Amino acid sequence: MALYYKSAKELAGMLSRREVSAVELTRAALDRAEQVEEKVKSFVTRTPDLALAQAEAVDRRRATGETLSSLAGIPVAIKDNMNTFGVRTTCSSKILANYIPPYDATVVDRLNAAGTVTVGKTNLDEFAMGSSTENSGFFTTRNPWDTSRVPGGSSGGSAAAVAVGEAVISLGSDTGGSIRQPAALCGVTGLKPTYGRVSRYGLVAFASSLDQIGPFGRTAEDVALALSAIAGHDRLDSTSAPVPVPDFTAGLNRGVKGLKIGIPREYLAAGISPAVREAVLRAVEVLVGLGAEAEEVSMPHTEYALSAYYVIAPAEASSNLARYDGVRYGVRAGEYSDLVDMFSRTREEGFGPEVKRRIMLGTYALSSGYYDAYYLKAQKVRTLVNKDFEEAFRRFDVLVTPTAPSVAFGIGQKTDPLAMYLEDVCTIPVNLAGLPGMSLPCGFAAPEPAAGVAGGGPTAGDGNGLRLPIGLQIIGKAFDEETVLRVGHAFQQATDYHKQRPALDAKGGARQ
Amino acid sequence: MTWETIIGLEVHVELKTESKIFCNCSTRFGGEPNTQVCPVCLGLPGALPVLNQQALEFATRAALALNCQIAGYSKFDRKNYFYPDLPKAYQISQYDLPLAEHGHVDFIFGGEPRRVRIRRIHLEEDAGKLLHSEDGGLSADANVSLVDFNRSGVPLIEIVSEPDLRSGEEARAYLNRLKTILAYADVSHLKMEEGNLRADVNVSVRPTGSTEFGTRTEMKNVSSFRAVVRGIEYEAERQVKVLDEGGSIRQETRQWNETKGVTIALRSKEEAHDYRYFPDPDLPALDISRDFVEGVRANLPELPDARQARYVRDYGLRDVDAGILTSDLSLAAFFEEAAGLYPKDPKAVANWVLGDLLRIMNARAAESDEIPITPKQLADTLMLIDRGTISGKIAKTVFEETMATGKDPEVIVKEKGLVQISDTSELEKVIADVIAANPQPVADFRSGKETALGFLVGQVMKATRGKANPGIVNELLMKALK
Amino acid sequence: MQIRREDVDHVADLARLSLSEEEREKMTRELNSILGHVDKLNELKTDGVQPTFHVLASLKNVTRKDEVIHGLDRDRALQNAPSQKSGCFAVPKTVE
Repeated sequence: MALYYKSAKELAGMLSRREVSAVELTRAALDRAEQVEEKVKSFVTRTPDLALAQAEAVDRRRATGETLSSLAGIPVAIKDNMNTFGVRTTCSSKILANYIPPYDATVVDRLNAAGTVTVGKTNLDEFAMGSSTENSGFFTTRNPWDTSRVPGGSSGGSAAAVAVGEAVISLGSDTGGSIRQPAALCGVTGLKPTYGRVSRYGLVAFASSLDQIGPFGRTAEDVALALSAIAGHDRLDSTSAPVPVPDFTAGLNRGVKGLKIGIPREYLAAGISPAVREAVLRAVEVLVGLGAEAEEVSMPHTEYALSAYYVIAPAEASSNLARYDGVRYGVRAGEYSDLVDMFSRTREEGFGPEVKRRIMLGTYALSSGYYDAYYLKAQKVRTLVNKDFEEAFRRFDVLVTPTAPSVAFGIGQKTDPLAMYLEDVCTIPVNLAGLPGMSLPCGFAAPEPAAGVAGGGPTAGDGNGLRLPIGLQIIGKAFDEETVLRVGHAFQQATDYHKQRPALDAKGGARQ
Repeated sequence: MTWETIIGLEVHVELKTESKIFCNCSTRFGGEPNTQVCPVCLGLPGALPVLNQQALEFATRAALALNCQIAGYSKFDRKNYFYPDLPKAYQISQYDLPLAEHGHVDFIFGGEPRRVRIRRIHLEEDAGKLLHSEDGGLSADANVSLVDFNRSGVPLIEIVSEPDLRSGEEARAYLNRLKTILAYADVSHLKMEEGNLRADVNVSVRPTGSTEFGTRTEMKNVSSFRAVVRGIEYEAERQVKVLDEGGSIRQETRQWNETKGVTIALRSKEEAHDYRYFPDPDLPALDISRDFVEGVRANLPELPDARQARYVRDYGLRDVDAGILTSDLSLAAFFEEAAGLYPKDPKAVANWVLGDLLRIMNARAAESDEIPITPKQLADTLMLIDRGTISGKIAKTVFEETMATGKDPEVIVKEKGLVQISDTSELEKVIADVIAANPQPVADFRSGKETALGFLVGQVMKATRGKANPGIVNELLMKALK
Repeated sequence: MQIRREDVDHVADLARLSLSEEEREKMTRELNSILGHVDKLNELKTDGVQPTFHVLASLKNVTRKDEVIHGLDRDRALQNAPSQKSGCFAVPKTVE
């Protein structure tokens, strides 16, 4: 297997045994990007010089006999909504097209301390608002499995970069599913940790009570490695939890024997494609085969989560994005008549349609006379959604659901905002409750027929024609990422969905 | 028809923490623009606030000093509006669950005791500062304003009064008392010229006797007590005029223009506010324990009322005198130190402070924290009188001289040759001359008109340029006239 | 609840977005479609339910010590300024 497709765990071993140098590994990733970036477009900004300098530093330190972290020398891509000192950070928005941060996000600090190699900043839906990267102010990232399809979003660039071998690990952020859904659509493993587990300092805020940073990797084990590096209390983030951080890789091999798995039936209801449903249920069978106990459970408020989310997230966003006013940074409008006009034109020109839509929605929901009916109501419904989880977790160790309702859809296919929002129907409740959730590959399916086209396509596991990855979501108790990762690892020891790689190099993109 | 003015004040006070409320930048005043800033107080993308514990303690201390009840549960909210000096385009403030409520301030106005109720006190962050070309200095370009964020994030408390005030002068009396209490509580530098204390002034008028409130206007960010008084007077008069002419008052924000002495309505677009408050998701709530509040209370410095009572009790001062002395922390501190150095007669110390000291300070329009004489110098002056070195009258001269030059009283007495004449032989000569020169008063005295003695003593003092020891003069005169 | 065109105008003012006529029309339609979905919340009775403003309920009283740490040098503070002058950020004049 090509160097750039190996797992971080395997590469860490090779690096420490000096079978490969950090510079060689970095060159492999950079070369891979040279080869595929034009087709996939994962990155807003690539940082080869920085990467090589960091790799050289790691090699030098290793040469002196220093004991390095297991991630030292591993090529990492960072979503372009996390601040990187001196490296342009755009949030894929025109309004920040020229923004050079004067500080590092805490996660970037921690990765730097671990000696990872930053290969670039990845594309996203503008300010992380979207599920396809089509809302990027610059360009759409392509799904490596079929470049006519979306990689999911908002962390589509980070998911695609890992899927296609441009990075071994990447960081994403997840407000309503923005790590898990692209992980599912790109066939990689992605974890949204418990709210408060990873510092948000330096993550450009979308919805502060929901945002959380997490890693993408090729395996649950890689994700555990990365989480160990970035997790932990940060005095710069008042909402970061002062709880101890375990070594997330330590308990991975403890298996799932006797573990109680809940299958919330609302997550398999209408709107979930048959192929996805089938793949998820088969994944449960695999886990049961490994000794877990599975049982259906009802979470009656699930169907309200999306509505609550589309009040809470835009409301917070409307406030968080007010600072882009053309005064201190960013791109100011070229022409304006006065101060208010400068504000309004700067924001009009700098923001894309989805961002404006959410700012409008959120501003409305908070405005005089509507606060109680929308914002307060939504936060109360959030309490009810959370109670469903509390109840379920009295009986179960983890919950298992689909990550996304279907496999990757075509670029330009979803034009109605509401249809796009439904992409996150399975992931949003987890953000509302602040729980850890991981997506990992659990099967492949032929593409869905486009809306309005009659007839079903081939079902899951079809060996011929185009195959697109399906994601399984594992939801855990607050601060119990260990169990989530353990279940994921056990599943990956028993299956090889995560070992599949997109055939991007074949003629016509990924089409075989 | 006669009209009554109704006034409510929202007073913003900068707390004297070392660092800002949500970041570690310095709060020092007067630094070069934008040199005390960081990602947090510049509102850079991704930066997050962390509350300064000391700001919470100062705010709590101020609230206790103003007789408030401290909330058991409080939180921070975002107040959303756009302005170039507000870096996040929201101010972190407190909306429906302020830190403290239901306080009051007692003070004397027009000789009568008054009480203004405090509705609430909340904690918030200050904005940056805008500089305009007409202010001189930095911006020479008349088309731009410049923004300095050094002040952005300095902790503020906002003290909101009930509409209990009825005139500009009463508002001034309230503000003075508020400032005194906060000075005692030691929570702010309270430097008006540095904008440590600013008021939003709400004014409405109603027909005398009416119990309903009229429509109010708000003057924002008035930064001197004088401007508060003038603004209120102008605004009340303006409103009465509008109503007398059959018009109606618009609820609006008006700006006090100090140079022109008028209030001006702000453009409606700039003041069309809907602040869209909501709980700040970046800041966890505050569970304020009894222990915390009692801890702050236990460390509360002595407040003016308590000190006034103590002066009456311990020093035997009249209540009104104790009131004046304690109305100013620096003055009270001066008095107390001087009284400590001259324990035999604190009342005499008080008389000197309330009399000559205040008279001279007022004449010079000096600030109370710039008293140009030390407590020791006052005590020394009093001791010079006791020792008979100088007379009480000369002491006044010495005192004035000390205030003017800062020289110690002993030095002044020596340099100016002000030592009292107690030498009887020297004085007997003078007395003989005075008796010889004033036959009529001498005759009057001898015929039983005792008041004539005063005149003769005066003549002796005059002849010695005040240096004669008046007691000895009296004694010698009586002897000579028998 | 239906959002009207004049609500959109008002909200655009509040949000400082100078939307075009066309955008306003489209926004009115789209917001109504989304709010139609949001109205589903009204199916639930929430009397006596506490709102979840912070998901980590146990996190309270997070404070730091009052100490000064130098932040950004002025050059860095101003490095992204669209317009600057005399060490300050420059904006169109704020009062006439």
